[in-house]
Amino acid sequence: MSLQSLTAAALAGTGRPVLIWLASVGRITLFFARTLGHMVRPPFYPREFLQSLIGIGYLSLPVVGLTALFTGGALALQIFAGGSRFNAEAVVPQIVAIGMVRELGPVLVGLMIAARVTSSIAAEIATMKVTEQIDALVTLSTHPVKYLVVPRVLAALITVPLLVAVGDIIGIFGGYLVGTLRLGFNPATYLQSTVNFLEFWDIASSLIKGAAFGGIAALMGCFYGMNSARGAQGVGRATKASVVAAAVLILAANFLLTQAFFSV
Amino acid sequence: MIELRGIHKAFGENRVLQGVDLDIPRGESLVVIGGSGTGKSVMLKCILGLVAPDAGVITVDGQEAGKGDRDAFLARFGMLFQGGALFDSLHVWENVAFRLLRGTLKRPREEAREIAIDKLRRVGLKPQVADLYPAELSGGMQKRVGLARAIAAEPEIIFFDEPTTGLDPIMAGVINDLIREIVVEMGATAMTITHDMTSVRAIADKVAMLHDGVIQWTGPVAELDTSGDPYVDQFVHGRAEGPIEAVR
Ligand SMILES: Nc1ncnc2c1ncn2[C@@H]1O[C@H](COP(=O)(O)OP(=O)(O)O)[C@@H](O)[C@H]1O
Ligand SMILES: [Mg+2]
Repeated sequence: MSLQSLTAAALAGTGRPVLIWLASVGRITLFFARTLGHMVRPPFYPREFLQSLIGIGYLSLPVVGLTALFTGGALALQIFAGGSRFNAEAVVPQIVAIGMVRELGPVLVGLMIAARVTSSIAAEIATMKVTEQIDALVTLSTHPVKYLVVPRVLAALITVPLLVAVGDIIGIFGGYLVGTLRLGFNPATYLQSTVNFLEFWDIASSLIKGAAFGGIAALMGCFYGMNSARGAQGVGRATKASVVAAAVLILAANFLLTQAFFSV
Repeated sequence: MIELRGIHKAFGENRVLQGVDLDIPRGESLVVIGGSGTGKSVMLKCILGLVAPDAGVITVDGQEAGKGDRDAFLARFGMLFQGGALFDSLHVWENVAFRLLRGTLKRPREEAREIAIDKLRRVGLKPQVADLYPAELSGGMQKRVGLARAIAAEPEIIFFDEPTTGLDPIMAGVINDLIREIVVEMGATAMTITHDMTSVRAIADKVAMLHDGVIQWTGPVAELDTSGDPYVDQFVHGRAEGPIEAVR
């Protein structure tokens, strides 16, 4: 094979995935815009919205709590060990607080939501698609985006920031437990240091990230579910793709948001 | 009432419909026969706008489908899907009363429930079934719930996609009789897809045969056995030899 044809083959090999990727970015953006359009136009489906609030928000509390608790505890241990190398053990409360609130709280909650909520949304909607339930919705004069997508995306936008807030608090509490029970911190001073240290934007950024990650998680589940190929294999692929896309987009969005909020 | 003219539809290389022409007069019961995979369901979905045809025109009462008020258009139709397509997150009665619980036909839940139970009774199901989930029902019961949902809002036009496939002969007979009764009683225009010859004879006023992407033959059900059309003959008698290839 000549060098020229090798280069051409290599370009085609990388070019195709890039094109496919760009096309899906376009389709996801369009899907998002359509969802926003349907969000503000009636009819609305309050019953489905309420169910989504419970399914996405309330039922995610245990997994969010456990994740945050263990992470906060581990963070305290690490910061103590790292800090002791240059006599800075005292910063544990402050660094646990800022680490949880600015980064780990939103990111871990986002990823847990991607695992728990994105996958279940995608599998459910994809199954509805392959069993003609989406077609049935249309023939019953019900718009699938309004009925299936809007309640889930809206519920995620509202509940995931609250979950992040809960995760932040429980994470800090995990650090507090380890700090006071294992590392010999005084309970009152630990809390005092945490409260004094955190600033308005630390907390605001945490909640904004939560809303963004929640929106991404629900939207990816809905998008891949609605575009599922036929058969059980189609459902499996849609579910896998939705979780991967949600996780990657959440991490990318986290970087961009951190950059926007905190870069000097 | 419903007219299809030159409907074409391909999925990639797979040219499913290649110029379908079909008329369904008001109040008539048309049955479409044809081998599996010939595009019968696709044809129905084209009429409902669930699948966009590549070419051709579909009109309902002279008005082009897909133009104008979509909700008003769809409100005239009821559809029984091939797989039932019941919403498995909703109770049986909520499935049947789906249209009556939201949108323009919305009414109080109690009233919608009453109507749903009435429709369930109409298709031979006990009121106790109303509070079960679709997954808790047998195939025949699911078909009947689908039937009840299709007729719940008393549509003018009803489509039945393979209403008896996968049922035992007795249940198939029950469903056939039900469809016939409902169509006569409601005065609805009906289009049924099937490859079950018993269904054809029980339900049809008129029969159309879809093959190779076009309507091969159409005529009154009484002429089915004397059509002289080799495709229809082979299908009606279920012969492996004939113009229709058994390997598809
Ligand atoms: N959404 C779709 N995407 C791709 N191919 C499809 C789709 N729907 C139907 N087909 C293909 O069209 C052909 C006809 O399908 P269908 O109308 O379901 O057949 P039947 O006559 O048994 O109802 C089949 O080959 C099927 O694979
Ligand atoms: Mg079919």
